[in-house]
Amino acid sequence: MSDTTIDTTTPRASTLQQARLPRWAPLGLAVAAVAAGVGIGTAAGMGNPFQMGLIAALLFVVLSYAVTAAVEGGRQAKNQLATSLVWLCFLIAVVPLLSLIWETVNRGKTVLDGYFLSHSMDGVQTILPGGGAYHAILGTLEQVGIATLIAAPIGLLTAIYLVEYGRGRLAKVVTFFVDVMTGIPSIVAGLFILSFWIIILGFGYSGFAGAMALAILMMPIVVRSTEEMLKLVPDELREASLALGVPKWRTILKVVLPTSIGGITTGVMLAVARIAGESAPIVLLVFGSQAINPSPFEGAQSSLPYYIYEQWQLGNEASFDRAWAAALVLIAFVMILNLVARGIARWKAPKTGR
Amino acid sequence: MAKRIDISGLTAYYGSHKAIEDISMTVEPRSVTAFIGPSGCGKSTFLRTLNRMHEVTPGGRVEGKVMLDDENLYASGVDPVSVRRTVGMVFQRPNPFPTMSIFENVAAGLKLNGSYKKSELSDVVEKSLKGANLWNEVKDRLNKPGAGLSGGQQQRLCIARAIAVAPDVLLMDEPCSALDPISTLAIEDLIGELKERFTIVIVTHNMQQAARVSDRTAFFNLAGVGQPGKLIEIDETERIFSNPSVQATEDYISGRFG
Repeated sequence: MSDTTIDTTTPRASTLQQARLPRWAPLGLAVAAVAAGVGIGTAAGMGNPFQMGLIAALLFVVLSYAVTAAVEGGRQAKNQLATSLVWLCFLIAVVPLLSLIWETVNRGKTVLDGYFLSHSMDGVQTILPGGGAYHAILGTLEQVGIATLIAAPIGLLTAIYLVEYGRGRLAKVVTFFVDVMTGIPSIVAGLFILSFWIIILGFGYSGFAGAMALAILMMPIVVRSTEEMLKLVPDELREASLALGVPKWRTILKVVLPTSIGGITTGVMLAVARIAGESAPIVLLVFGSQAINPSPFEGAQSSLPYYIYEQWQLGNEASFDRAWAAALVLIAFVMILNLVARGIARWKAPKTGR
Repeated sequence: MAKRIDISGLTAYYGSHKAIEDISMTVEPRSVTAFIGPSGCGKSTFLRTLNRMHEVTPGGRVEGKVMLDDENLYASGVDPVSVRRTVGMVFQRPNPFPTMSIFENVAAGLKLNGSYKKSELSDVVEKSLKGANLWNEVKDRLNKPGAGLSGGQQQRLCIARAIAVAPDVLLMDEPCSALDPISTLAIEDLIGELKERFTIVIVTHNMQQAARVSDRTAFFNLAGVGQPGKLIEIDETERIFSNPSVQATEDYISGRFG
């Protein structure tokens, strides 16, 4: 009996407490790894920051694992390894994005000014600085606008059909074709409109023809995102409305759509952002132009992606600058659309408001 | 106002699955009828057949007759939309419309049906909220979102929304199962007041609740998993809880079930 008596006079060492690295340890290790990476790289005569970064990253993963294993033990070391790998992947994903924006802003800002935004390339010697992208901005706005006017209502109504009414065969067929359409390459959409609208029906090149091809690309994206948003609306709300004696169509219009309008808008805006960068259908159907053509229904127009491609092909310093500036305008356009979409989503989101 | 419901030979299906079989009963006007029984015995399904909400579920269909006074709800040519305006419903989980304010929630039934006069609207909202014992708690914040209320308040908001369209019958599908005892008491008191004006049918899992609020109680049961639910008996609540005529009812009520 006596050998099992627990000694209560001296407290046992707690089993819950163990040696921990200080909180700044990962940061310190990272700094050390970067310093070592730069050091090794310079010593080996590598001028490339990516190589140095890679060395530093590998060092950091190994070092943090080893240090944690030595101080805190095996389980924490594995945790640390997973954490460093996640961080590493995050950095690898973010570096190209940031460097893309950095590069575009840096190169694009040289000629981006009020003059660039308000003048076309009409009568500008391409080898000389000057000229602008007004005709391309106008073309993009008109083509994307018309494409949205065509695709958004059709996509919205299709999604409403699929979620609220679609049962049985027809719904399955529609879903299947929406899936197929999602995978259509933009050049194929362009070729379809080219053969149908320009070759068979005999219309000329126009912004409208391009807009139709863009609408084909946009529709399945709108259907998919809207479908997901409508499915998020709880059935209880639909039932609550139906049980009040509200007809189904009014339930959809007054209860289901307002509840999901924020998400639907975001989806449409993202689809717009996606088609704003398409150049293949524009090359085929809008033809490209140096001058301002305000009418999307008659004659060739330009568009930002096409303008970038065209300026780049000219292959001189002044046109390179213009291409970068146009790229910056395009990115800014897409970014503004995204911000607007987020704003609308936040503004329209169902409020809890305690 | 407050109509009698006469159900005869009612059978409801989900697709090919028979959920309830051959139910006949009478629900008296200006009284509270409670449905009790084990989970899955078809109480809620049966309740939903009384305002044609059952057919909203894909594959849901019904055979039999539901007479509201002298009109058969399932006669050909009857519009389910107008049935639901006559027979209102309150659900298990409070479900106020999240995009609407408290005022708009109560006014929703009238507004969405398009049949209202602007001048009457605020009167109806006030009357309905008073009828649901919620007016004093929300009168200063009618324009705040309905989703910001507590669970019990939300459920009373849903009751106010249901009575705002002036139905003849009010169906309640476990209206208190998501609420605390104090909110439950508030709703039970409310049911006692509402039965002066409406015919009320309530599904509940809480036997004490059935004993407290109802005048008549119906006991449902099913023979086994996958079998359709059936009405075992319906009688005065006092009789069901003191001296039921079927052994299964007594077993269920005294907890000797299964």
